[in-house]
Formats: sequence, structure tokens, C-alpha cells
Amino acid sequence: MTRTELTIAGVGGQGSILAGTVLGSAAVTYDGKYAVQTQAYSSELRGGYAATWVVVSDEPVVFPRVTRPDILMAQAQDSINRFSHTLKPDGILIVDSDMVPTPPDNIGHIFRIPATSIARNRLKAPVTANIIMLGALCRVRRVVSREALEKAIVDAVSKEQEQLNLDAFNLGFEAVREPMD
Amino acid sequence: MGRGKKIMTGTHFMMGNLACAEGAIAAGCEFVSGYPITPASEVVNRLAKRLPEVGGIFLQTEDEIAAICSAIGASWAGQKALTATSGPGISLMQENIGFAVATETPLVIVDVQRLGPSTGAPSVGLAGDMVQVARGSHGDYQIVALCPESPQEMFDLTVRAFHLAEKYRVPVFLLADAFVGHMREQVIIPEEKQLEIESRKIPKGGNDPMDRQDFLSVDVAPMPVFGRGFKAHVTSSCHDEHGMRNLSDPEVMHRYISRPIDKILNHRDDIIQVEADYSGASIVLVSYGTVGRSARAAAHLAQAQGLRTGNVRLITCWPFPDREIRQVAESVDFIVVLENNRGQLYPYIKAEAAHACRIELLGPETLGQIHDPEYILARIREMIK
Repeated sequence: MTRTELTIAGVGGQGSILAGTVLGSAAVTYDGKYAVQTQAYSSELRGGYAATWVVVSDEPVVFPRVTRPDILMAQAQDSINRFSHTLKPDGILIVDSDMVPTPPDNIGHIFRIPATSIARNRLKAPVTANIIMLGALCRVRRVVSREALEKAIVDAVSKEQEQLNLDAFNLGFEAVREPMD
Repeated sequence: MGRGKKIMTGTHFMMGNLACAEGAIAAGCEFVSGYPITPASEVVNRLAKRLPEVGGIFLQTEDEIAAICSAIGASWAGQKALTATSGPGISLMQENIGFAVATETPLVIVDVQRLGPSTGAPSVGLAGDMVQVARGSHGDYQIVALCPESPQEMFDLTVRAFHLAEKYRVPVFLLADAFVGHMREQVIIPEEKQLEIESRKIPKGGNDPMDRQDFLSVDVAPMPVFGRGFKAHVTSSCHDEHGMRNLSDPEVMHRYISRPIDKILNHRDDIIQVEADYSGASIVLVSYGTVGRSARAAAHLAQAQGLRTGNVRLITCWPFPDREIRQVAESVDFIVVLENNRGQLYPYIKAEAAHACRIELLGPETLGQIHDPEYILARIREMIK
């Protein structure tokens, strides 16, 4: 069974849902896989919770909900409180360590990526933290190929922001020292 | 993406609501009126952008009542028309849904259902309008309602909704929900020539309404277009074969009610689509919409554990697939009806099944979230213990 379930969560404005859309689009458009992406968010424009769920599979996805994610990408402490208990026992937690000071210690595999400070200090663009996290995800576990993700990122951003986002992706990729694959 | 193109042929990773909008464009929709509401707004947002690119008209109205009235008017002006909303908007439209039925107006109404009653929870899907779309306006009548389970079907069934609306001169509902409306998945948009789209028949000119006798025809009358020379009287009040108002003759009243109903029921085999996969099964899961995907996953799990379990998914929910349900009931031992509500179609399904087999309703563990397949399997095991 090739089904991989992911939860990507943060607070409104961090681009969690965009990250999920890019991931799903990369899988379907460029890797020839199947993917379903769903989402939920509170009514606040900024600051409320935001989450997206992505199922990636080599076969058509029958059940579209994520119930026990293999991977949780958390961009805020709030996301840990909401979703870390849903992770599979041997699941992977990838956190933006600037925003999640205290990740749980009972998780199978934790990757701490200082995405917000990389975005702010190296790229002068805090909004790219979500793409940095995607880069880290790509290095941790090849749910979708690097090439597909880069193409989907280019599709998702304006021409002027292309290089910035590709740089962000690469910095996230490089930030993972000991990948699992 | 797709700027100016009528049909976005190709493979996309697309949100259900956008696939619905593209289905409308592909079906030749020329007029859309709407008032924004979560979780349906992406349908009208997309059409507001796309319609002017392909020569159509988008009108944002002051409320849902004006939205459906404008769409009905556009349809009588010869346009393929659509309005999109959610449950609260349908509640407001009910009076004019009846008007559209009585005047036999082709119309597509998209209902991206949300959790209610009342204002409820806008961004959460619940199949709460299953009966109100068919029985919510006053009087006796039949409409058509189609239930998509995926963004792909948001496209396919929107195209089919236009086909049926035009072919049978009837309001056709696309009964989606927030879950599938906001879901992104692979959507394959075919070439234009692969789409089955029928357009309404238009009568030749004429000056005397009394020359015509095909209003209320069960075989579907050609539909006059305002401004094209055919003089006709169009009223939602009781009318006869000439379209002329008649509030005194009981026979006319009988035909005014019965014929638009028979028009749909006589063609039910052409309208009703049911996805059935239950050969050799003793237990059948009956579902519709997004829950159909839970049901299919649960049936796979059950089969893997040796339970002979099958699936029936109602793609057309109205007119109600009575014969199809009877056929299932008479060949299995147990039907479990899965709905993301407290049992809206259950009484209709039970009425066709209870004479022949055991039947139970199973809602999701949390209303608003489609059933977890493991939960379905665990509950079936309890039921058959």
C-alpha cells in the first residue's frame, strides 16, 4: 500500500494550505500520482487555525480524509496541540522550531527546522517559511519528487517571486541533516 | 490558467467548486447570477472571472432571491442559466424554485451544502438539504438532483445537470457539500466533442398562443424565447395546454400538477444514475455524495475480512431511485444506509427496502465529517452480531 497521509497546520497567514496545495499539485501534475487535498480554517483572516490534509498515493484515492497521518508538518504550537495526537505511532513530525518551542517528546521522529528565522534572516522574506518547510519535507521523505515540487512551486507563485521561493525550498532541503530515506 | 478558453481540456489538480464552474462553462452556460456564501463562493467567483472571457454574463445580485429570479429570467431569454449557493440561500430561493418548476424553466442550481440548521457552521459540509431541494417549495412537483463524490464529478455532473435541465425543462440541483466543494483532486476535462449536452428545443414563430397545445407536455414542449417572435403566455399559476391561465377547471388543475411530474417520472430511466457493485453480497452499503467514498473503502475492508459486502451509490437522488433500491433489497439480507446527517433519505430508502431485508441507518461518528471506514466496519460487526 502506497498511501501516505499528511497534515500541514499552522495559523492563518503562514501559508499552510498553500503548502498542501503545492504538494498535491506536484504529485498529480508532475509525478503521475494521485492526491486529494482538503482543508479547514477558522473565520479569522490571520491568527486563527489553518490546516490542510493531503493524501498521496500511487493508486486512485478512495477514502479522502486523513485520519492517522504519517507526517505532521506543524508551523505553530497550536498545531501540535490540535493534531500531534493523530500522528501514527512511528509518524514523522516536522516543526518550525521558531514557532513550536516545545514539541512533544513521545513522537517517532522529530525534525526541527528553524524555518521562520531562515526565511527572515537569509531571505528577508518571512512569508517563505511554508516553502522552506516543504523543502525540509522533501528531504525527510520523498512523498513527491524534488523536481515535481519545484515545478509546482513555480506554478503557484508569480514570476517575480519564483527564484525567491525556489531558494526557500532549497534552504529547507539543506536544513535537514539526517534524512530518513 | 485557461484564460479565454471555453473548455480547459486536460488534467488538473483542481478544487471541486472550480471544477463545477468549469463544467458550467463547458456545458455552454451563458448566464450566472449569485450572492456570495461560504462554502459556495468559489463557484461564483470563478464564473464572475470566466464568463466575460467566453462571452457570457455574470450578475452579482443583492440577495439569493434576486439571484434565482435573474437566472429564471435569463433562461426565458434563451440562455443556459445557473445560480450557486448553500443551504441558507436555498431556503430563500424556495418560493422561486416552485416558480421555475411551474413554468418548466431549465435551470441549474448548485447547492454546496453546509452544516445547519440556520447559519450553522459555514465551512463544514453536511448533507442537510437532501429533502429541502425536492420538497421545500409548496405544492406537488418533481425536480432532479445529482450528488457528486469528487471534484471530477463536480465537473461531470454540472455538465449533466445542464443536459438534463435543458432536455426536460426542469430545475436541476447539483447537491455538493463543503467537503467536496473545497477538495482538490485530479480533474480530467475532456474534449468538447466528448461531452453529452442537449439544448432545449425552440418553437418556430407564431402569433396566436391558442395555435399551440404543447404546454405541459409529458414529452417536453419546445420552449419559446422572449423576443424571438413567438407569442406565448407564461404563468406560474395554473395553466392549460396553451399556456393560458385557468383557475376554474379541476381537470386543468389536475393536468397542471400531474404532467410536469410525469414528464420527469416517465423519463426516470434516462435521468437516474446509480453506481451499483453488490453481486454476491449479503450486506450492501447505500450512500450518496462524499460518503460514497467512505462506503467504498469500508466495503473493501469488509471484503478483506470475509464479509460479503457491496455498495450502492445514488448519483441521482431525485427523482428518487425507488426501483433500484427495491432491486437491491430483494437480493441481499441487510442494507446499511450511510448519510452525513441524521437520516434524510433514510425514510425514502427504508420505504422501498423494509419489505425485503433488514435495513439500518448509520451516521458518521462526528456529524460533518464523513464516516471513517474502520468505524463503519466496526459498527456493522456489532449490528450483525
